[in-house]
Amino acid sequence: MSGMFVGMPAFPEAARTAVRDSTLRGNLRHATHTIRDKRARAVAELDDWAALREAGKQVKDHTLRHLDRYLVQVEEAVTAAGGTVHWAADAEEANRIVADLVKATGESEVVKVKSMATQETGLNEALEAEGIRAYETDLAELIVQLGKDRPSHILVPAIHRNRGEIRDIFRSEMGEWGRPAPENLTDTPAELAEAARLHLREKFLRAKVGISGANFMVAETGTLVVVESEGNGRMCLTLPETLISVVGIEKIVPTWQDLEVFLQTLPRSSTAERMNPYTSMWTGTTDEDGPRTFHLVLLDNGRTDTLADEVGRQALRCIRCSACLNVCPVYERAGGHAYGSVYPGPIGAILSPQLRGTGSEIDASLPYASSLCGACYEVCPVAIDIPEVLVHLRERVVQGGPAVRQGNKVVLKPAKGHAAERAAMRAAQWAFTHPGALRTGQRLASRTRRLHPRTLPGPGRAWSGSRDLPEVPAEPFRDWWQRTHGGKDGAK
Amino acid sequence: MSSRERILGRVRRALADVPDDDPPYERAVTRGYAREHGRRTVAETVELLAENLADYRATVHRCADGQLPDLLMRLLAARGSRSVVVPPGLPPGWLAAVDATRVHDRAESTAHELDRVDSVVTGCAVAVAETGTIVLDGSPDQGRRRITLVPDHHVCVVRVPDQVVSSVPQALERLDPSRPSTWISGPSATSDIELDRVEGVHGPRTLEVVLVED
Repeated sequence: MSGMFVGMPAFPEAARTAVRDSTLRGNLRHATHTIRDKRARAVAELDDWAALREAGKQVKDHTLRHLDRYLVQVEEAVTAAGGTVHWAADAEEANRIVADLVKATGESEVVKVKSMATQETGLNEALEAEGIRAYETDLAELIVQLGKDRPSHILVPAIHRNRGEIRDIFRSEMGEWGRPAPENLTDTPAELAEAARLHLREKFLRAKVGISGANFMVAETGTLVVVESEGNGRMCLTLPETLISVVGIEKIVPTWQDLEVFLQTLPRSSTAERMNPYTSMWTGTTDEDGPRTFHLVLLDNGRTDTLADEVGRQALRCIRCSACLNVCPVYERAGGHAYGSVYPGPIGAILSPQLRGTGSEIDASLPYASSLCGACYEVCPVAIDIPEVLVHLRERVVQGGPAVRQGNKVVLKPAKGHAAERAAMRAAQWAFTHPGALRTGQRLASRTRRLHPRTLPGPGRAWSGSRDLPEVPAEPFRDWWQRTHGGKDGAK
Repeated sequence: MSSRERILGRVRRALADVPDDDPPYERAVTRGYAREHGRRTVAETVELLAENLADYRATVHRCADGQLPDLLMRLLAARGSRSVVVPPGLPPGWLAAVDATRVHDRAESTAHELDRVDSVVTGCAVAVAETGTIVLDGSPDQGRRRITLVPDHHVCVVRVPDQVVSSVPQALERLDPSRPSTWISGPSATSDIELDRVEGVHGPRTLEVVLVED
């Protein structure tokens, strides 16, 4: 997976910088609180939410447990409907397939629908290297692309920017890419959206090649589904002559009927609407309506490695709604960039280290980018137990153990930098199996409590840099129990 | 080895823990959720559709069958539309009173040509009351997908109560997956700037829905 932001520091360091940026914190707080309140109202309208959530979980789990069968089925269905299916084992292969397909059309520019999969593979940069210019057409993606910035949220990638910053980017950058921003552009959202409309329309009307991802693919029919709001998706999916969709292999649902679950849970969880403004569904090609040529690129890129982990595979149920980001107290303060991945927030903290492995410092730090408060699990429309996977991955980081990388079984070594943790755990284990030593230690700690520092020295300093040390009580619990209950039955 | 074989091989090895007698699809998924939410009469369902369409900033009009040509004429005139795209199977009487130039939905017409047209009038395949959604499936009275996308003004006629369902599950039952479909809930909108909703980005900025009673 090449979606890692190059040179990105590990989460704690990036987060420390982010929390000092008061504009960023203000933008994020406003955005996450707005959407989380709206979402709660949208979900409350459906009294069968729990049943929808359970069905969504079951559909996705079942599909993942028989993914080989459904992949073959979707390939057959798409091919029968006039499409061509390609298989990409990793990001590089996916990018090469797409670049070759674009070159075969003779075109040197493409319009893109916002897609996490192509962000993950770094497609725009790969196309650029081949002399092909890719235009992002989602408003937020446009803001990110024009600002030479990185996305920081799954649903609203420019969530970290306020209207003033967006106006400045439009004014200074639009002219470089095509139609410049209107003179005297103000920072009202309506004017900014209008500037984007004018800038992008000329690109839509001349585009010969469109590139998209998909929210769902239906195995039995070969139907692809794209859910969006602005109509840029519809433009890219229907106006060009050639359409190329890059889709992760986990996006399959078995039947047409299964869409009834996700078309109810996805909009309410993501934009907090009863339904998003536009949903496009297409099956292969249709005579004289839409692209004449359709290519589907099925992307692995670490997904099969994730599938091999019996605890971690539930992350592949994710429908990318981003509800978990909006409720996460850590995301709200640290922002999306700190996660060093196209998938930020709680889902990113479990998905990125599985897709990419825990070999790098940033990936090894991600399972710790959480307070384990469980809010992410509560809102997840497919009931991914994110805290469970976080703890599982922490164990892997600290202790190492068996895993699958690029299809091969490997035994991971414990990650560097966790020596103090391992030593502490070993010491704790020893103390708990030696009650006498534990008692002596506790009494000693109580008697010396006035002397304890507020921060830890040595390797513990990093931990206590952002936390207060717990106060040691005046008396150990067991001594208190002995004293107040005198060894009698405590129930009385 | 091809990437296809490599990926399928990896999937199969990754799923070594899944037993052969894992429950089949039919038993693996319990559909305990509702087919529709709440109990409503047919009239109340139509009323809910109108409310939810309006809630997402579509303009809703209601009329009897005989009044439709006159209403469509007034809607296009009010907007000053001088040209209107006409899908091939639109009932000819609908636009009988309309003064604007008819632009026919032809395969060879370019997106640039469509961009110069003021309005489009279509029927629909089904409308979903609970979500305030109209669904187009490319049938002759709806035309190609792009004709409802490029012009800035879309007037969609829904026959009530025949074309109205309560819920998303009921809508999917009525649709044919082999046809391309477009689900439309209000006009084009974005919330990408500080999560303030702004209507009208790339799709039509004005969506008018006419509920016509047989």
